[in-house]
Amino acid sequence: MPRITMTIDGEEVGGEVDNRTTILDALRERFGVTSPKKGCDHGQCGACTVLLDGRRHLTCLSLAVAHDGAVITTASGLAEGDELHPMQQSFVDHDGLQCGYCTPGQVCSAIGMLAEVAEGHPSHVSADLDGDVDLTDDEIRERMSGNLCRCGAYVNIVTAIREASR
Amino acid sequence: MRPFDYERPGTLDEAVSLVAFDPDASYIAGGSNLVDHLKLGVATPTRLVDVRGLPLADIEETADGLRIGANVRNSDLAAHPAVRSQYAVLSRALLSGASAQIRHQATAAGNLLQRTRCVYFADATTPCNKREPGSGCSAIGGYDRYNAVLGTSESCVATHPSDMAVALAVLDASVEVLGADGVRTIPLADLHRLPGDSPEHDTSLVHGELITAVTVPALPDGAVSTYYKARDRASYAFALVSVAAVVAGDEVRVAWGGVAHQPWRATRLEAALHGGPLDEDPIRAACADELADAVTSEGNSYKLAMITGATAMVLTGLAGGPR
Repeated sequence: MPRITMTIDGEEVGGEVDNRTTILDALRERFGVTSPKKGCDHGQCGACTVLLDGRRHLTCLSLAVAHDGAVITTASGLAEGDELHPMQQSFVDHDGLQCGYCTPGQVCSAIGMLAEVAEGHPSHVSADLDGDVDLTDDEIRERMSGNLCRCGAYVNIVTAIREASR
Repeated sequence: MRPFDYERPGTLDEAVSLVAFDPDASYIAGGSNLVDHLKLGVATPTRLVDVRGLPLADIEETADGLRIGANVRNSDLAAHPAVRSQYAVLSRALLSGASAQIRHQATAAGNLLQRTRCVYFADATTPCNKREPGSGCSAIGGYDRYNAVLGTSESCVATHPSDMAVALAVLDASVEVLGADGVRTIPLADLHRLPGDSPEHDTSLVHGELITAVTVPALPDGAVSTYYKARDRASYAFALVSVAAVVAGDEVRVAWGGVAHQPWRATRLEAALHGGPLDEDPIRAACADELADAVTSEGNSYKLAMITGATAMVLTGLAGGPR
């Protein structure tokens, strides 16, 4: 089996993985990092989202062997000691989670999304492809549409992200 | 998932050799579609040749237009300044596809080579001529709400799912291909094929041929373009139907998604509307002509009215001013 190394939440880890292992399974089963959640396992729910080489990324649709050397930040690597990342704190403050299963993916996705907005990336709902992005609630909803929450907390997720973006 | 060997070649020629001479080998780049198919047992390669590390990730503005490396990410392509300012139809098509996470992962060539989302193709327990030639088509007479109405055959009614391909069809794009016998250029219109009696072949590529770039000619001065996608929810869903359109003076270009096994360039409609007023009645008449050969069932007959209405909305909108 090939041996891979990854930097996960600031810590370099390594081990042998079967070619068939996804990043998600490597994180959870091989390296003991369980904040990325296995939801649908087919790229449809976003619960497994991490920041991979700085971008939000689905770990269920990626082979670990193909990402040897990747730098990954999961939701559990966002805090500075006991101080939560502002996005995590905003999810707490605005009750942006209910069962919490999708929350690690939501938080990573929201952080990645704000970076995309800062770079001026347009979205499907942007009226003007060339204009500055005004992060309206419609923009937040569209940009977060790859992360599904089935327990009905959508409104508070939007609020949490809107407040964290300020 | 079945076991497979994994290779990461250092050069393009090495990559092509590894796949061209191994009938059970497959390229992998972003993997967003292929890894899913490995899990589902829809794809069963014994060797994966990873081309993600090869130097195919540049977007170049050339004298003739745009040259997009095969490994350019959908998100980077949609956000590229030249694409946003000059090829709105391409940017809009990309932004309407999948989710932000998947757009970061998916590549230009992989997007073109993604496979149908026909529910029977993805369900290895059901007959499907595309997945298993000769086994039959479960969609014909089955659940075919998402399936094709134009260019279908008795073997297959699958649609091609790419939004980007529909935009590239209306932009007269081409793909550059490297194979064991060298380089060739394929117009996008000739890349995806109709099913006929061999729907297992999505494209005109020979096994082992690798798409290395997509080239997009510049649009005429003053051209306006856009992409409209109708789907079951507001975001993150495949098209029921979609319309890519360019209006440049007398010239009208339209391609449809969600209606065929390939992006459907509506050439009859284009000829009928050339130089004429882009008003509701002539557009609807031209759509009726384009759709004259459509074959529908109860499940997907709605697509005819939907594509007609969408086309009228898009073209009258473009005729009303720049977008």
